[in-house]
Amino acid sequence: MDQRTPAQALKPPPSRPSGTGFLQANIREYGMMLSLFAIMVLFEVLTNGTLLKPLNVTNLILQNSYIVIMALGMLLVIVAGHIDLSVGSVVGFVGALAAVMMVQWDVHYVPATIACLAVGALIGAAQGYWVAFYKIPSFIVTLAGMLVFKGLTLALLAGQSVGPFPKEFQLLSSGFIPDVFAGETLKITSFLIGIGLAAVMVVVNVKSRATALKHGVENEPFGFFVAKNAIFAGLIAYFAYLLSTYKGLPNVLIVMALLIALYTFVTNRTTVGRRIYALGGNEKAARLSGIKTERLTFLTFVNMGLLAGLAGLIFAARLNTATPKAGLGFELDVIAAVFIGGASASGGVGKVIGAVIGAFVMGVMNNGMSILGVGIDYQQVIKGLVLLAAVFLDVYNKNK
Amino acid sequence: MGAILDMRGISKSFPGVKALVNVNLTVEAGEIHAVVGENGAGKSTLMKVLSGVYPHGSYEGAIHFAGEERRFHTIADSERIGIIIIHQELALVPLLSIAENIFLGNEPARFGVIDTSLRYRRTQDLLAKVGLKESPDTLITHLGVGKQQLVEIAKALSKEVRLLILDEPTASLNETDSAALLDLLLEFKAQGIASILISHKLNEISKVADRITVIRDGATVDTLDCRAETISEDRIIRAMVGRPLADRYPPRNPKIGEPILAVKDWRVHHPIHQERVVIKDVSFEVRRGEVLGIAGLMGAGRTELAMSLFGRAYGKRISGKVEMEGRPVDVSTIQKAVAAGLAYVTEDRKTLGLVLAEDIVRNVTLANLPGVSTGGMIDDMRELQVASGYRQTLAIRCASVYQQTVNLSGGNQQKVVLSKWLFAGPKVLILDEPTRGIDVGAKYEIYSIINRLADEGKAVIMISSEMPELLGMCDRILVMNEGAFVGAFTAAEASQEAIMRSIMQSTMKKTG
Repeated sequence: MDQRTPAQALKPPPSRPSGTGFLQANIREYGMMLSLFAIMVLFEVLTNGTLLKPLNVTNLILQNSYIVIMALGMLLVIVAGHIDLSVGSVVGFVGALAAVMMVQWDVHYVPATIACLAVGALIGAAQGYWVAFYKIPSFIVTLAGMLVFKGLTLALLAGQSVGPFPKEFQLLSSGFIPDVFAGETLKITSFLIGIGLAAVMVVVNVKSRATALKHGVENEPFGFFVAKNAIFAGLIAYFAYLLSTYKGLPNVLIVMALLIALYTFVTNRTTVGRRIYALGGNEKAARLSGIKTERLTFLTFVNMGLLAGLAGLIFAARLNTATPKAGLGFELDVIAAVFIGGASASGGVGKVIGAVIGAFVMGVMNNGMSILGVGIDYQQVIKGLVLLAAVFLDVYNKNK
Repeated sequence: MGAILDMRGISKSFPGVKALVNVNLTVEAGEIHAVVGENGAGKSTLMKVLSGVYPHGSYEGAIHFAGEERRFHTIADSERIGIIIIHQELALVPLLSIAENIFLGNEPARFGVIDTSLRYRRTQDLLAKVGLKESPDTLITHLGVGKQQLVEIAKALSKEVRLLILDEPTASLNETDSAALLDLLLEFKAQGIASILISHKLNEISKVADRITVIRDGATVDTLDCRAETISEDRIIRAMVGRPLADRYPPRNPKIGEPILAVKDWRVHHPIHQERVVIKDVSFEVRRGEVLGIAGLMGAGRTELAMSLFGRAYGKRISGKVEMEGRPVDVSTIQKAVAAGLAYVTEDRKTLGLVLAEDIVRNVTLANLPGVSTGGMIDDMRELQVASGYRQTLAIRCASVYQQTVNLSGGNQQKVVLSKWLFAGPKVLILDEPTRGIDVGAKYEIYSIINRLADEGKAVIMISSEMPELLGMCDRILVMNEGAFVGAFTAAEASQEAIMRSIMQSTMKKTG
């Protein structure tokens, strides 16, 4: 027996919630965004406006793209109830492989890129195989993977740095959307893409609100809805403008945005996404509901490996060399991002947008503290405390 | 004899809800006092107030124990004066021994060093008191649920108990173990230990209880004295549900058709000890519109049979044939079993049936996501309509279909699990203990749903440890013992005695 009463079970849903009431009910979702906003304002002030200079915003995106991309895969792994500690080593290994193929063996960059992504996926598959079909704890399997691929990176590069990469390959990280209008101070194409993106977001939101209203399940107050969309659209347009006054939208931002949109869609709207949440929430119940839990676990690791491979290519292209130390400690930033973003360590809970915001919270702090001249020593201390504080607040809110 | 416990005017509110309103409970020294009520009536909340889980100040009213007013701030406060509660979910550490568990947090020790031989001897004494013949060094994980329950009671006795509270102690016990436990309560009573017994099993209550307090919607509605007059079960039920329940089982007018499911020579080996045969060449069939009951004691192999049929979710080296509507079908994986038209509603809905952190909608569609999606893309609104439809037809009581299932009462959780399987469109539903831990009112609703499914032409296989329920619901009852069917009865022939007799006879044949 549980301690609820029928009265509680029968409590009617709040009929017309107020704006603040709605905000309170959705505090976890918006709390994340507000904290990111607050952190950005804080560093903007502390750095005397350097943080949001177009050059720095561009850097911020370039520096964090690979963390964000891996956080998407890590979110699925963590939601499925597992963890992947090997992603940092995989980044290093795939970057090294790319360098060896393109620089030492002169392989064309297109087949080399495809081969590297395939190797990433294969690494994910190799680890997922043990986790899914032999039920070896993912912590152990990927800890082993971390050591194995760190070692293989060293072996592959023979302890040396290998570079530089072909020009075309470098564009993956250092390229920008070309401006067809040849704007003098403003990259018009980039700005228009930004405006278009904001418009698409508003249209999608209006549409889904309309369907929800038709079925009588919308409880977001209209004023709130308008304000929310205006703010988000405004922010997108603002950042697009900022970037356009410098070199325009980085290529990698487009890749990242597409992946974020794809994974948001997969987790929210597809049967595969739904099944991953069920698997993490209650594996036995999911299995008895006819879900192929083992195959699904396996696939989340394949996906993680693929994204780690992509991150490895982006990182290598950005540095323009593959070094034995590439990717060192990335797994910690990625995992921290997912947990800051509100995912549950026991699985079944977590959102793509949360993980992305978590990654940017870490990224803005890294960047802001570097500008302020905080040493790498205290940066780590502060990041560690922020992770703990974020998860504490989350748990506290849940228990309240 | 005076009252050992007197709870006066207890009220307890949670944000937005009044869980208890002015509840009174008096337990006299050396009596067995039953507390009954529907799920969610407030029994557990009341016990949590009494044991100090909800500290003094978080509720209104007063608790008098042994003549003094008591203000408990933690569970330790109430345990210190001899109020011991044994929860429904046992709180033993599986990989520690009986002795270690009994004295956990209370070890006989000098300067922090445990006196293991003293602990061993005292455990032996306690085990003798509860009649458990096991070595104090046996690990808990090697004991059955019934024996674990006895260890819990021994643990309570180690703390000089004056009032023992048992929350659904027999919910997971078979009839023999239940009877032994109830005898133990009577023995304690003879020694002057008072007990509060919370139970849904009214036959047990009328067997041992001296008085009964009935709680409904967070308030005391009745206190019945069983010593003064014989209290019928119907009398208790009437007080619990607040309305006369004309019949505990809805009427059935079976329209039985041709066989749907036929199982032939089904043999299953134990998943770990593979040389052991758990299901021994079992054959049976079930017909359209039929409710087939499977009776048996705990461990008879009923759940194992059901789960092995359902996509080999249990067992190894499975052999035998399964036919649906006359055609042989492959049920070697859960996906194939579902596709063939089987559905299995598990006995343990919290750990095997529901994703508790998710809402009703997501649980309902989980077994048939393609049914609400096109090309792998889920249509939220179609999904909502499906869930709302079942909410209405099965009368799932909830604030909204977006409510997390963890917050639903047992009966409503069971309806969500049923919805999930109905939406998968099965021809044969296997229901494993479908009314376990569900209150009387909700049981009736579940029975009505079962009848309706049979009327719609589905076949229902109902596994239950409650014989009256099988007798009241089923058109045919198969009796299982030690992995084989040892008896078959039509509704007209079946009786509790006949079923028990066939179990006992088959056991005697084996041993004698």
